[in-house]
Amino acid sequence: MCPPPPRSTCRAWSAWTGGAAAVLAEAWGDALRGGAAVSFQNASGEVGSILALYTERAARDCLRPPPKRESTLTQIGRETVVKLVVVKRILAFIGHMLQATGSALRNPRTLNWEGIWRLMERHGTDGAPIALLIAFLIGLITAFQASVQLAQFGADSLVADLVSLSLTRELAPLMTAIVIAGRSGASIAAEMGTMQVSEEVDALRTMGFDPYRYLVFPRLLVLMIITPLMTLLADGVGILGGLGIAVAQLDVSPLSYLLSVRNALDLWDVFGGAIKGVVFGAIVALTACERGLGTTGGAEGVGRATTSAVVAMMFYLVLADTLFAVLFNLYGV
Amino acid sequence: MAAISVQDLAIGFGGSAIQEHLTFQVGTGEVFLILGGSGCGKSTLLRHLIGLQAPMAGSIEIAGIGDPLDSIAGKPAFGVMFQSGALFGSMTLAQNVGLPLRRWTNLELSTIETIVRWKLRLVGLDGFENHLPSEISGGMKKRAGIARAMALETNLLFLDEPSAGLDPVSAVELDELILTLSAGLGMTIVIVTHELESIFKIGSRCIMLDKEARGIIAEGDPRVLRDDPPNFKVRTFFRRLPAGGI
Ligand SMILES: Nc1ncnc2c1ncn2[C@@H]1O[C@H](COP(=O)(O)OP(=O)(O)O)[C@@H](O)[C@H]1O
Ligand SMILES: [Mg+2]
Repeated sequence: MCPPPPRSTCRAWSAWTGGAAAVLAEAWGDALRGGAAVSFQNASGEVGSILALYTERAARDCLRPPPKRESTLTQIGRETVVKLVVVKRILAFIGHMLQATGSALRNPRTLNWEGIWRLMERHGTDGAPIALLIAFLIGLITAFQASVQLAQFGADSLVADLVSLSLTRELAPLMTAIVIAGRSGASIAAEMGTMQVSEEVDALRTMGFDPYRYLVFPRLLVLMIITPLMTLLADGVGILGGLGIAVAQLDVSPLSYLLSVRNALDLWDVFGGAIKGVVFGAIVALTACERGLGTTGGAEGVGRATTSAVVAMMFYLVLADTLFAVLFNLYGV
Repeated sequence: MAAISVQDLAIGFGGSAIQEHLTFQVGTGEVFLILGGSGCGKSTLLRHLIGLQAPMAGSIEIAGIGDPLDSIAGKPAFGVMFQSGALFGSMTLAQNVGLPLRRWTNLELSTIETIVRWKLRLVGLDGFENHLPSEISGGMKKRAGIARAMALETNLLFLDEPSAGLDPVSAVELDELILTLSAGLGMTIVIVTHELESIFKIGSRCIMLDKEARGIIAEGDPRVLRDDPPNFKVRTFFRRLPAGGI
């Protein structure tokens, strides 16, 4: 004679939740797998229907094992591979870009000049006020700090020299590039990223448009033109900011300030800054496009790509500025 | 003659396949359907067919152009409508549709304008020439996408979920349009879809993909498959039953 099956009565339950049903269903599944014959009886109303919902289909085994903890060595290895993939991607991007630039330069008439003009406006004209305001304030601050320090040695007459040299050689190119990175670089990265995730880039390719040629090249060209121009303007505006302080604080006449500026600067100081501007513009445009076109994973991916583009730009800008310092020093510029 | 012939194709991302051993042919002038639940790889298969992604294994051959991967940079031999329409946000509808014409033909601008107006009219978007994509509804974007795909008069068209998310009236109109294009112009049209009504109305032949099986689980006339399903999954799909619900 077989013993009567164990039975548990839950008579008094009146309210219950899906969570309780899940626990019960789990126990039920375990018992079934263990070979016991278990069934629910007399469950009525809400209890019955929720129970049915949870138990009507056998659960599928987990398709993927839970993520394992990796050893340090594995982590190092995996990260190395990831970094190599990134390097490979960047090299491929540069290769595509060279090809596209070559093809664009060979047939400049096929470029969309109207579109390029619009980009100039958006990234140049529209961004100029903020960039120039910042340059003005930087000139002001530099002159103020210089006047305080130099006054201690009775060398206030050198304020104009210090302001003009540090602005044209270092501050104006770098600050302008950083403003352009924050403004245009971020917007380009987000724009490219959005086009990528909304399949617009794919659509372009299926219509026979090379995205490097039609999307990246115009932006590269535009930023390589407007960054040095903006840098030159920033030079002028920053020096004016310095003039304000010199006149107000040091009793220097505007004319003698400007004369000292002219004596302090030679052509190469200004020209070198503009060259930096060209390179910085290229860095911003290329980084923004590379990160933007590499976007995966929907709207969230666009945000991630934009952040990573701006961070990378800042790093590359400072790195390039360092290289410029070394180079200019080497060649005595 | 086959317009597209796919041999033992494997597709996937990052070394892991989501569909394998796909072998099928699309006949010339046929409306060919790619069916399957969401996430089973229909769009990915389409990306392979149009040369945006390289196969992990196997081959694709399109009549007249060969391997789609090689043809991607040249003059398009087919039109594509992407799942989201993929219109260019900074261009008006007319500019979107006119873009391939301006790139690949030497037509006068006024001629292009005329062609564009008629293409938009064909998909019921006359009057919206100067609207931006952000100013029209999702269904209208898809229709504009179809107009753009048809701009170059290619006789091969790929449509990714053309009627998904459309209101019933527009969906019916779209089906009619597809039938007209196929019957009237003899176009070969490959459509990814899971709208049952359009499936039975427009499709003469289909393949059905499945996520778990990672391959083709049925092939043939959708009406025949509905009435005589070869397996449980096909029956579930056509009867609109919840997966595994029996
Ligand atoms: N870029 C990608 N990288 C990795 N996996 C992807 C990518 N795009 C899509 N997938 C995966 O491939 C599968 C098929 O996607 P898709 O072809 O879009 O499906 P659908 O049949 O709904 O069109 C999905 O499971 C998706 O998660
Ligand atoms: Mg899809």
